[in-house]
Amino acid sequence: MDPKNVIICRCEDVTLADLYELFEEGYQTFEELKRIKRVGMGPCQANTCGKMVQWEIAKYFKKPLEDVKFQNTRPFTLGVKLRSIKEGADDEN
Amino acid sequence: MRTEAKYVIIGGGISGLSIAYNLANKGEKDIVVIEKDYFTAGATGRCGAGIRQQWGTRLNCLLAKKSIEFFEKAQDILDYDGDIEFKQEGYLIIGSNDEEDEMFDANVKLQNELGIPAKKLSKEEAKTIVPYLNTEVVHSATFCGTDGHLNPFTMSDAYYKAAKRLGVEFHTYTTVLDIMVEDKKITGVLTDKGEIRTNIVINAAGGYAKHIGDMAGVEIPVYSQNREILVTEPVEKMQGPMVISFSKNIYCQQTPHGAFIMGRGDNREKGYTTESTWQFLDEMATTATTLLPPLGELRVIRQWGGLYNMSPDHQPIISDAKAVKGFYMACGFSGHGFMLAPMTGLLLSEMILGQKPTLPLEDLKLSRFEGKNLAAMEKSVV
Repeated sequence: MDPKNVIICRCEDVTLADLYELFEEGYQTFEELKRIKRVGMGPCQANTCGKMVQWEIAKYFKKPLEDVKFQNTRPFTLGVKLRSIKEGADDEN
Repeated sequence: MRTEAKYVIIGGGISGLSIAYNLANKGEKDIVVIEKDYFTAGATGRCGAGIRQQWGTRLNCLLAKKSIEFFEKAQDILDYDGDIEFKQEGYLIIGSNDEEDEMFDANVKLQNELGIPAKKLSKEEAKTIVPYLNTEVVHSATFCGTDGHLNPFTMSDAYYKAAKRLGVEFHTYTTVLDIMVEDKKITGVLTDKGEIRTNIVINAAGGYAKHIGDMAGVEIPVYSQNREILVTEPVEKMQGPMVISFSKNIYCQQTPHGAFIMGRGDNREKGYTTESTWQFLDEMATTATTLLPPLGELRVIRQWGGLYNMSPDHQPIISDAKAVKGFYMACGFSGHGFMLAPMTGLLLSEMILGQKPTLPLEDLKLSRFEGKNLAAMEKSVV
């Protein structure tokens, strides 16, 4: 299958071809890929694409999967409306 | 790794990259950049992506104005194949009391004198720029249409690629362990990957600038402090300018990508943590939904923290060091190193090469803190 047609990150529309292009330019880590192409930065927070990105890095650079670092995991796990956070804060006060 | 270099720049954030690019662009060779993590891992990649010229001190106004003039052409000058996402839709600065109103008058006067097209606005005028602004909590405002947004990642990448084409060498995931000094002169840098002999070290280590200064025996009067920030899911375009308020403690903008970025400062302890807290979320959500009510419907998807490197007068330190020959620094940006980077690189390279400086260097130097009262203090900081 043409890597241009393989969507890796569904939130930010990043294809496998996009990843290959970055690999060829010398970007080798999840954190770098994320910053240039936004892979893993969308609403799902890499819950969908994270493992696939890790696999592709491992395959391309011929490293064992366990040596490929996952991206920094940051809050939130799930999107929450600002209004809900404010109402929660009001309830506590 | 090479064992000798003319210049060793410590820090792969926007300042270090701009310094590397400017030195190389002036024809210098043998430049090495050492970064302990990946590019923009520190404050650059954690910042609010805003670019403004509306400052309260002459120095900050000029640094910002000249930096924006570079950003306007950066895509072409650096011949970048990506998109730096520069948009000039302004900064709307909101004031909530008489004291701030007076500060606005003085600031706008200064900015206009320096050629920055800022103007003072009534709260009704402010509402014409951001229609959903809750004017009940606004006293007055200022606006400058040429301020705006710039993508910290791609802007850094643009500098990185341009510097690389000019022959600069980069070592990421490399940690500086010590700096060697003999007879008050720099002689080398020790890293976890080996030693590099050099006579010039440039400290662009952002939040860790003080540590690097200590290694060379140069005391730098800066400290670091965590500032938190969040981002929402992307939505259709609804807000042009950055909305910012010093008294309400908020900055908030919609990026070209569609997501809203917002942050605030607080009186957290000095130190190096970049943790995320629920207190920030509660305060941020309350402030944002009060000032800009429709934003309440946006979902927050991520939060993080980053280090402000604070100087005594909240203005940058771009300087040599009297105590150690060959040691230079660009630090203490007090939260605004990203937007001033073009001038940081230009001025420091002019200083090192003994060229005529684009702006007077004395006000930027470390020596301005020696013994006397500070001439000017920047208060326009979130």
